[in-house]
Amino acid sequence: MVTLGAIVLVIIKVLLALGVIMTAIAYITLMERKVLAFLQVRLGPNRVGPWGLLQPLADGIKLLFKEEITVAGADKVLYLLAPAVVMVCALLPFAVVPFGKGIVGESFLGIPLDQFDLGKGILADIDTGILFIFAISSLSVYGVVLGGWASNNKYSLLGATRASAQMISYELALGMSVVGVLLLTGSLSLVKIVEDQDWIWKWNCFRQPLAFLIFLIAGSAEVCRTPFDFVECENELVAGYQTEYSSMKFGMFYLAEYGHLLLLSSLVTTLFLGGWQGPILPPFVWFSAKVFFMLFFFIWIRGTYPRLRYDKLMHFGWKVLLPASLVNVVATAVIYSLYLGGKA
Amino acid sequence: MPESYVPIFVFLVVNVAVAVLIIALSTYLVKRKPTAQKLMPYECGMDPFGTARKRFSVKFFVVAMLFIIFDIEAVFLYPWAVVFKDLKLFGLIEMVVFIAVLLLGLFYAWKKGALEWQ
Amino acid sequence: MEALFFYLFGGLALISSFFVIFLRKPVHNAVALIFTFFCLAGLYLILGAEFVAMIQVLVYAGAIMVLFLFVIMLLNLEEEEAIEGRGNKFRRWLGGFAAVVVFLLLAPVWLMQALPVVKGTFPPEKVQELGNTVWIARLLFTDYLLPFEVASVLLLAAIVGAVFFAMKRM
Repeated sequence: MVTLGAIVLVIIKVLLALGVIMTAIAYITLMERKVLAFLQVRLGPNRVGPWGLLQPLADGIKLLFKEEITVAGADKVLYLLAPAVVMVCALLPFAVVPFGKGIVGESFLGIPLDQFDLGKGILADIDTGILFIFAISSLSVYGVVLGGWASNNKYSLLGATRASAQMISYELALGMSVVGVLLLTGSLSLVKIVEDQDWIWKWNCFRQPLAFLIFLIAGSAEVCRTPFDFVECENELVAGYQTEYSSMKFGMFYLAEYGHLLLLSSLVTTLFLGGWQGPILPPFVWFSAKVFFMLFFFIWIRGTYPRLRYDKLMHFGWKVLLPASLVNVVATAVIYSLYLGGKA
Repeated sequence: MPESYVPIFVFLVVNVAVAVLIIALSTYLVKRKPTAQKLMPYECGMDPFGTARKRFSVKFFVVAMLFIIFDIEAVFLYPWAVVFKDLKLFGLIEMVVFIAVLLLGLFYAWKKGALEWQ
Repeated sequence: MEALFFYLFGGLALISSFFVIFLRKPVHNAVALIFTFFCLAGLYLILGAEFVAMIQVLVYAGAIMVLFLFVIMLLNLEEEEAIEGRGNKFRRWLGGFAAVVVFLLLAPVWLMQALPVVKGTFPPEKVQELGNTVWIARLLFTDYLLPFEVASVLLLAAIVGAVFFAMKRM
């Protein structure tokens, strides 16, 4: 029986989640600037508010009031569509990331919590969670291609073709590295994958070290982080597909970029670092702490490594990562069937 | 429809609404003073020459084609991983054959130089 | 509630497929087609075919349409060429004729009475129990093993073909 109250609760939960995600994304931009600054022995933003804590807010307001330029000869519809597609595709996968254990209790204000996954620490506990994430993020390549094509700019189109070829190449290794984890859990549900890692030595980063490594590398290539940031290698392509974007439309690409980073960190946490599992502290705190650690790790990488060369990037993706992830699948299957055989 | 998809649908609608709102704000909130120079596509300060929508290398086509094929392979891997516990050795053998055939294809592309970038 | 979602996704799919046909620029057609695929995934979800819905988005919307877009951009049909292609009278008549034939083939569905319900081997309750993915996997890797292995050979042929023709042109 679907009640109005349940629907209202769903909407409240969704808005709450979106608020948390948006705030987190805003503060990741600040965190990146701060951590990079400290790595380079600078102070980073420290004027707006204490320790620069109001900086993201100031950035947002500034972007919103910047003059908006639609370049001459642009394809108007696609030019507007591209940032929206990128943003929605960056945010939507968070619906299936388990961020906590869920509430104990049967009902809230008389509304039973056993419907629409209301009582669970996840927006939507679906059977095919990992596929949902891959499916939606495979669509974000269109934002890049269409944005670059609509801009009527040579740098934009070059950046877009390069970036999309990179994204689809690394998507393969990313997708296949997860298969090892799925083999051990026997489910595509992210909730089950987390529940399976209930002791620290059962965390998948120890059971699947090769998959973990491949996922980290392919993941940072997928979200275009240094050393794989060919989307906007400024010395060759100005700013890649974003060259002709200004004002809040640029802001949306920016938001999506950090949204992808947050998603990647949450996925690494969920798939390989035990998700919300951990002793004593509440599950959500454990989840946040691990995500924070992964974010720090990716920013650290950005502060340390220079950009690759494009041909090397493609070679690495197709000739090393893809075969390696297939080898990992077969090796995992062999060892696991030996283990199952020994048990039977 | 499994009811878990209802929150996803709500989340999708809210996200689209937020995206539309941001675009609308940035369109209507700001005063615009366009000039011909401002609207020109950026080309290091020079007047742009030729069209920006040029034909590009056939390389990208090959990459996209190979991507589709291996994406389909990955699609077969997911359900296989889910039922591997029941299939055991039988499942292992059938997937090894499947992967081997496709690796053959990858090596063919490799040897033919389809994966080379200059 | 299912009917509501059915009309929503079905309607959007119909509208966007009209856009696929009637928009002028090839890139716009491709984008409309992507949206159509997305709506079809919604329809699969209503039918309880979760796995198929995800694959619809992952493979059709996320992979095959990337190739389509690349090809459209690669060829980059000039505006005049594109319009010239549309002006061909014979092709228009052929298209119209094919549309009428398909419509006549589908029309009897409207006139039909409700079909007698026969329960198949996999009624919704049984599928719900273990999930769509598990059932597909069980059938695919036992009863339909041969088609599965043949698919790998088919994909191999596709790789060889694509690489062969692309490398010949370089």
